[in-house]
Amino acid sequence: MSTRMVTFTLDGHLYGVDVGAVQEVLRGQTRTRIPLSPRTLAGLINLRGQVLSAIDLRALLDMPARAVDTEPMLVVIRVAGEPIALLVDTIGSVVDVDVDQFEPPPDTLAGVSRDLLLGAYKLDDQLLLALDVDRAVAA
Amino acid sequence: MEEIDEIVQEFLVESHENLDQLDRDLVALEREPGSRDLLGSIFRTIHTIKGTSGFLAFGNLESVTHVGENLLARLRDGKLSMTPLTTDVLLAMVDTVRELLASIEDTGAEGDVDVTDVVARITAVLDGTAAEPAPTPITELIPDPEPEPVLEAEPVEVAAPVDEPAPVAPPTPPAAAPQAAGRAAAESTDEGTARRNVADSSIRVDVELLDTLMRLVGELVLTRNQIVRQAGDQDGLDLMRSAQRLNLIATELQEGVMKTRMQPIDHLWSKLPRVVRDLGAACGKNVTLAMVGRETELDRSLLESVKDPLTHLVRNAVDHGLETPEGRRAAGKPAEGVLTLRAYHEGGQVVVEVCDDGAGIDADRIAEKALASGVRTSAQLAQMSSADILQLIFLPGFSTAQSVTNVSGRGVGMDVVKTNIESIGGTIEVESVMGRGTTCRLRIPLTLAIVPALTVECAGDRYAIPQVSLLELVALDADRAASAVEDVNGASVYRLRGALLPLVRLTDVLGVESERSDGHVLIAVLQAEGKRFGLVIDRVLNTEEIVVKPLTSRLKSLGTYSGATILGDGRVALILDVQALARRALTAEALERGAGESTAKEQRSSGEHLRMLVAGIGGGRRVAIPLSSVTRLENVAASSVEVVGSREVVQYRGAILPLLRLDRHLGTMSERAGDDLVVVVYSAGSRSVAIVVDEIIDIVDEETEVHSDIDDHGLVGSTLIRDRIVEVLDVRAAILAADPKFYSDPEVDLDVRNELQEAV
Repeated sequence: MSTRMVTFTLDGHLYGVDVGAVQEVLRGQTRTRIPLSPRTLAGLINLRGQVLSAIDLRALLDMPARAVDTEPMLVVIRVAGEPIALLVDTIGSVVDVDVDQFEPPPDTLAGVSRDLLLGAYKLDDQLLLALDVDRAVAA
Repeated sequence: MEEIDEIVQEFLVESHENLDQLDRDLVALEREPGSRDLLGSIFRTIHTIKGTSGFLAFGNLESVTHVGENLLARLRDGKLSMTPLTTDVLLAMVDTVRELLASIEDTGAEGDVDVTDVVARITAVLDGTAAEPAPTPITELIPDPEPEPVLEAEPVEVAAPVDEPAPVAPPTPPAAAPQAAGRAAAESTDEGTARRNVADSSIRVDVELLDTLMRLVGELVLTRNQIVRQAGDQDGLDLMRSAQRLNLIATELQEGVMKTRMQPIDHLWSKLPRVVRDLGAACGKNVTLAMVGRETELDRSLLESVKDPLTHLVRNAVDHGLETPEGRRAAGKPAEGVLTLRAYHEGGQVVVEVCDDGAGIDADRIAEKALASGVRTSAQLAQMSSADILQLIFLPGFSTAQSVTNVSGRGVGMDVVKTNIESIGGTIEVESVMGRGTTCRLRIPLTLAIVPALTVECAGDRYAIPQVSLLELVALDADRAASAVEDVNGASVYRLRGALLPLVRLTDVLGVESERSDGHVLIAVLQAEGKRFGLVIDRVLNTEEIVVKPLTSRLKSLGTYSGATILGDGRVALILDVQALARRALTAEALERGAGESTAKEQRSSGEHLRMLVAGIGGGRRVAIPLSSVTRLENVAASSVEVVGSREVVQYRGAILPLLRLDRHLGTMSERAGDDLVVVVYSAGSRSVAIVVDEIIDIVDEETEVHSDIDDHGLVGSTLIRDRIVEVLDVRAAILAADPKFYSDPEVDLDVRNELQEAV
């Protein structure tokens, strides 16, 4: 049984979310910052008249902040019918992965990433980390 | 048709729909005579009509549907089986019902439609007396459009008036249609085009569709804002014209769609007489309920949200506000208490008042309780006016305190009421006179979706502040800011017309760095929680209508933002939650303020000076207008001035303001070029006028010494302001020139006179 994933990178790692959850991919959106909000909320964007929250996945996964001169990409996903934007470094492609390739997170993995990762798909050359979007959005 | 009240209207619309369904069901029933579903559906329809007609006292309608219902009940329970005859009498019944409804719609009464024949026929079927002769002729007749044979074939032993007019009991459906058409035609020729069937002139629309439309209109308003802005940046005259046209159409469309969602507040109120009656009986109180302004409309989603708070207030008023008959007599009042509900539109809001003529709330008792429960210190209470103290009943601490309920008679769940009202952007306040009664006043926005707001900048970000909470704007340049912003034990304050206004820096609240380093201070004077405070911002950008987009609950829980909006350039701006800001910033600050207040009072009493707005009116003349009643300074397009009768008026925030051109009033000529007008909006009570001047020169607060030696029309005198002679406007005469009825309210009259006495 195979699944189709949209992949993106964060701090050099390859991540993926189920293609069914992804609504669209955007770049170059002006974000309105939200003072007093948690660090993981990267602001609000205007998506064709709809106001979406943007979640900074780097902040969420406790990664170092993005270099100032790089512009993040936005992956708009739908969780429980509500669109929400995820800030990522670069967009990869759409890949088909098989259940056989999947393994749960290693027991040594601790902290936030353990809660937010479903597991890893062993691709030929690297690991594709499957993000638990429901938890990522709720966190 | 005006005399038909609303319930009857609804009944008619509903019944017309039901009857159409009934026709289809009856025809279908003929094909599958045993269908319990169809019979059940028909039974329910007739039952509904019967019930409502009984309730509305339409006796004939009730008697027809009553026998019809009996027949249907037997059919449904299988005690009778469908025969062509039964179908026939049922259809005849439906037609009679239709006739009766038509008559009710025309005249408001059942008229002289005779129902005895149909009743008799149905009764005959019920009794079984009709069974024998009927089948043969009728089976032939069902497909036959000719009505007459059926009349002959009927077993009308019971029905005496066979000589009734033909259309009353049309026996077959094919005959009914042309008759209905004929009736409609007759109507339209008789009474012209003005008349339309109730059912035809209104349709039922899914609320979701209306919500979608509302959302789309919201988007259109946003796009309109963008286009208008861009058109303003460019030279193209055609584009400008199209943009203006778009502007107008979008505004009208917005109003139109908003209207579709408007419902009279009577929808809520209609349930209250029962509540009041039952509760009054339970408490042993006689209560008359008076309702004023029941046709006042507001958005249906708001109507829902107001329902519970309003019911609560009404219950509270009956339960605790009004005294027992004995108590009232002892106080020299009529034994019957009066509870008045009042609704009206004011300044783009709906005001709903719940007034009782009961014992009132004792502010001293509230203060005692506040002190005892520790929500306020005695020093704070000493500084509060009794009106402010009354508002304490909305504090959560007061809600559960049983002792207060016993003592003062009020306060149960008032915090919940307040929270509910605020969640829809409304406000609540309470007024009370001991022994005379209590008034709770709700101010509710007309609609939630689109609100007028002020956009401001702070630390490079833009925020919107709903106009509802905005009182005025104060701009101080660096020199004045240095002296005008003072410090009370670490808390910044500004002297606004003599009273200390606590200042809250938005940058501090949001934890951001201001980008403004030139020392200028901009203060948005806001009102929330019954208190005024000044929000210091970096820049004021614009006033515009914004479309409110909801925030996720996580962002709402920050307690700083009430929503988000998209500005003209497509960027998202957060809407500041002024109530929450006030709660957060003021509790801390109000405590510290206690010490400073006494000094403020001293200052106020030592030097009472009057603020004047100085305006140029052309011809080098300057006129001073007392600022206290000036509510707003605006620029309006000259093209927006319209003429009503012999007066010029201008539309302003949903109201029509009479316009007064000060240059003409004072006999000079405006020197202002350009296609907009500088307008000073002057208000007293609920009335406003727009005074047109050439330019706003300054706002001064001087110890004005008016030399009232000029005997000129329209002026009360002259004064020296900054070494120039400034004429002091006789506001009363000026206002009366624009709106002769302005001072018809005696209270307003008094206010303005006092103010003028102060001025002179």
